Amino acid sequence: MSASGPRLQPTIFELSKPGRGGGKVPHPPSDALDRIPPEQRREKPPGLPELAEPEVVRHFVNLSQLNHAVDTGFYPLGSCTMKWNPKVNEWAARLPGFAGLHPLAPDSTAQGTLQLLWELEQILLRITGMDAVTLQPAAGAHGELTGILMIRAYHEARGDMARTEVLVPDSAHGTNPATATMAGLRTVSLLHEHDGGVNVEAFRRALGPQTAAIMITNPSTLGIFETEIGELLEAVHEAGALAYMDGANLNAILGRFKPGEAGFDVMHINTHKTFSTPHGGGGPGAGPVAVNDRLAPYLPAPRVLREADGTFRLERPGERPTSIGRMRSFVGSTGVLVRAYAYLRTHGASGLAEITDDAVLAANYLKHRLAESGAFDIPFEGVCKHEFIASASTLKKRTGVRTLDIAKRLLDHGFHAPTVYFPLTVDEAMLIEPTETESLETLDAFADALIAIAREAETEPEIVKTAPHTAPVRRLDEAGAARNPNLRWRPAVGDWTPCPD
Amino acid sequence: MAYGPHTPADRQRMLAALGMRSVDELFADIPAGLRAGALELDPPEPEQALMARLERLAGRNQAGLASFLGAGAYRHFAPPLVDQILLRGEWYTAYTPYQPEVSQGTLQSIYEYESLLAELLGLDVVSASHYDGAAAPAEAALMACRATRRERVLVSRGLHPHYREVLRTYFHGAGLAVEELPLVTDGPSAGTTDLAALERLLGDPDRPVAGVLLAQPSFYGLLEPMAEASRLVHAAGALFVAVVEPVSLGVLAPPGAYGADIAAGEGQALGIAPQYGGPYLGILACTEPLVRQVPGRLVGMTTDLDGRRAYVMTLQAREQHIRREKAASNICTNQTLLALAASVWLAALGPHGLRDVAALGASRAVELERALAAVGAPRLHPGPYLNEFAVRVPEAPRVHRALLERGVLAGLVLEEAVPDEPGVRDALLVCATEVTTSDEIDAFASALGEVLGARTPAAVGSAR
Repeated sequence: MSASGPRLQPTIFELSKPGRGGGKVPHPPSDALDRIPPEQRREKPPGLPELAEPEVVRHFVNLSQLNHAVDTGFYPLGSCTMKWNPKVNEWAARLPGFAGLHPLAPDSTAQGTLQLLWELEQILLRITGMDAVTLQPAAGAHGELTGILMIRAYHEARGDMARTEVLVPDSAHGTNPATATMAGLRTVSLLHEHDGGVNVEAFRRALGPQTAAIMITNPSTLGIFETEIGELLEAVHEAGALAYMDGANLNAILGRFKPGEAGFDVMHINTHKTFSTPHGGGGPGAGPVAVNDRLAPYLPAPRVLREADGTFRLERPGERPTSIGRMRSFVGSTGVLVRAYAYLRTHGASGLAEITDDAVLAANYLKHRLAESGAFDIPFEGVCKHEFIASASTLKKRTGVRTLDIAKRLLDHGFHAPTVYFPLTVDEAMLIEPTETESLETLDAFADALIAIAREAETEPEIVKTAPHTAPVRRLDEAGAARNPNLRWRPAVGDWTPCPD
Repeated sequence: MAYGPHTPADRQRMLAALGMRSVDELFADIPAGLRAGALELDPPEPEQALMARLERLAGRNQAGLASFLGAGAYRHFAPPLVDQILLRGEWYTAYTPYQPEVSQGTLQSIYEYESLLAELLGLDVVSASHYDGAAAPAEAALMACRATRRERVLVSRGLHPHYREVLRTYFHGAGLAVEELPLVTDGPSAGTTDLAALERLLGDPDRPVAGVLLAQPSFYGLLEPMAEASRLVHAAGALFVAVVEPVSLGVLAPPGAYGADIAAGEGQALGIAPQYGGPYLGILACTEPLVRQVPGRLVGMTTDLDGRRAYVMTLQAREQHIRREKAASNICTNQTLLALAASVWLAALGPHGLRDVAALGASRAVELERALAAVGAPRLHPGPYLNEFAVRVPEAPRVHRALLERGVLAGLVLEEAVPDEPGVRDALLVCATEVTTSDEIDAFASALGEVLGARTPAAVGSAR
């Protein structure tokens, strides 16, 4: 932040001045477009802003300072695993040999990247206990769709066309039911147990010849390991269905639980959660999908193959007819995967196990500090995994202060808020995930802040209800934004100048 | 652990607070039969050794060839300021702006991206981003089905083969129908979408069409008759989806000008490195009446309690975290950082810089066309193109390999990339952009002349 603090910025269009800037690329010869038929040409240039380099850079630097980010402070956003994004990974992805490589470059010119991708697959297989993996999906939800389409293809290949349902616990991330719909399947939502775990009996009752799959997040979105997962997986397979594991919470189980060995058939991995690739303000991510042998034939194409002579190549179009087909263009978000690879190599076997140990230790410590204070409800007792639920349900009844208010007040303390009002199954939920890269001092300071806010709710509730007070802006008129959507700036007519030539 | 701040004493203090002696007690909830054995992976690698390993791997790629390969991913000049902005941690280490009061940077940058692309595309609603140039048209086609309540789309075979494959994957999943529009086989329009076939397929009253997808320029680099196609599509009550390459819109008519209802495309060309396939930028935009059908995030301008201008994610009732199985799509994570790259790149170049990039590419491509024709590789199609085109080369796979040995990446071997397309045997798809140099063009032409000449002079003559 600058000495005077972050400042709101006009839009980049308002900074524009006709005739300013330019000169970044040479002018083309005047006959460059002679062969383009006039009716195919643009009549007037697009109304893009005209700026010189200093204006562009200052605009985006000043804008950046309005953001909270992992690089600026604690970001305990539950189910998002906002861990440290190592700087060497950014360096790695920008190496010219990686960054400059065309996605359709002949295999012989892409051996370094192909080897990296192949090795990354091997590492992910050992972590998940699965048999094969695709690196193609661009994000977690994209991986879910990939996995469910493979399950559909598996049933179809067996002539088992009646399997049209996906069973999902009510605590699931919204992407799970939305994925089932995109895959042409019907979601059956099942109630959870009082202790937060899946209700195995409810699943047993719902399972049948119409069940294509179950989708389970383990540990759950409540931060709880599903202790009856063994029984559940047995019941699923007995019913002829397959089991999908949402790997959003993989950070909690590295080296402690391998979904493939436990009997899951397919899972996705969020590299932008567990393997430190940066979240980029909302993306990019990458969502590799690991499967057992049963589903391997259906993996999207192309796969990365290692030849007998030690060279690597991509599958050719049509080489594996059982594939569900492509999920995206080219190979995948390779730039993201280079970062994940660097992270996995950095940690190795012992480092990955420590990540999970420290992430779970930090979550339990923080949970303990809040439970001990009595400031909030802690609906699920016992050990948690990498995240846990606190709730302002009781506090709200007493003071009128809601979880939303607490989230906003945390911003004044310099912390990002936890995930709030998710999962939907807990009243006034706060899902708190500290990750393994925050110091004990930070964890204590965050616990102190939450406890102080709860106290403030009793003594001066208005301060909490009107927070934030020190953020760049106060609360926003979200209803107005939805009622009268303003989704684009409209540059004033005539704000562009004719091209110099 | 490489990035963890805990000292052994810190861990001890936390365990003591929990009344535990070992961290293993925190995993006692995992049933004994399901506990994993140790990870069978290499030991941790120190940063210096890791960097050496990565440099070795990167060095095994040949990323610096004289390249004429485009086919959906393009080399363009990116001023260094773009990456320096992207490297600010405030951008790349933030997440989805769930708390708008401390995310105004990201939110305003998305609003500006939506606005810049709206100008470029001539359409008012631009989504905050999708995965890539293949996922965006697939989402556009699904959107067309939702908006028209029809279950069949037509896609031109002039779309990138990967985009068509992804469309098939998505549509098979959703239980919807995709049919392909053939390309004209001869005459002045050869290689462009067959509009007579389009009219015929639109005319089936029992199987109404939801949407029609055409690419401009096409996969083969050709300019398609978008205005005429748009008229035919609308006459049948279907939606017209234009799949566009954004740099070309510096000089080509925007989708809004020819009545496209939805535009989709790959934004990689807007300042994003090729990096072997991603992360890229899926562009998806539509007209105002379709706003509630558009999948993915949207950011709008609003005010805060003090009346100050501010930005917020809006119309979220379309999205999976609210609507669950009834959502417009399952998309959650998108490509915000790449949208930022595109915005910074567009702001750095401005309207005239963008035109210059597109026009200079066109000019280089004409130079390339002449040089290749002079050594016996004439164009495959007669119609106008912007900066990418197919050339006839006998034994294209072999010639392509021989040129690679001479340090030239001679575009794409079409019969390998689209084996099911009639009429593209013995052809290479080549492109030029503003970064293509005359030296590279000379190197390509002279190497090609050498390789073709080494066959038989007669064969070269007949190819001409």
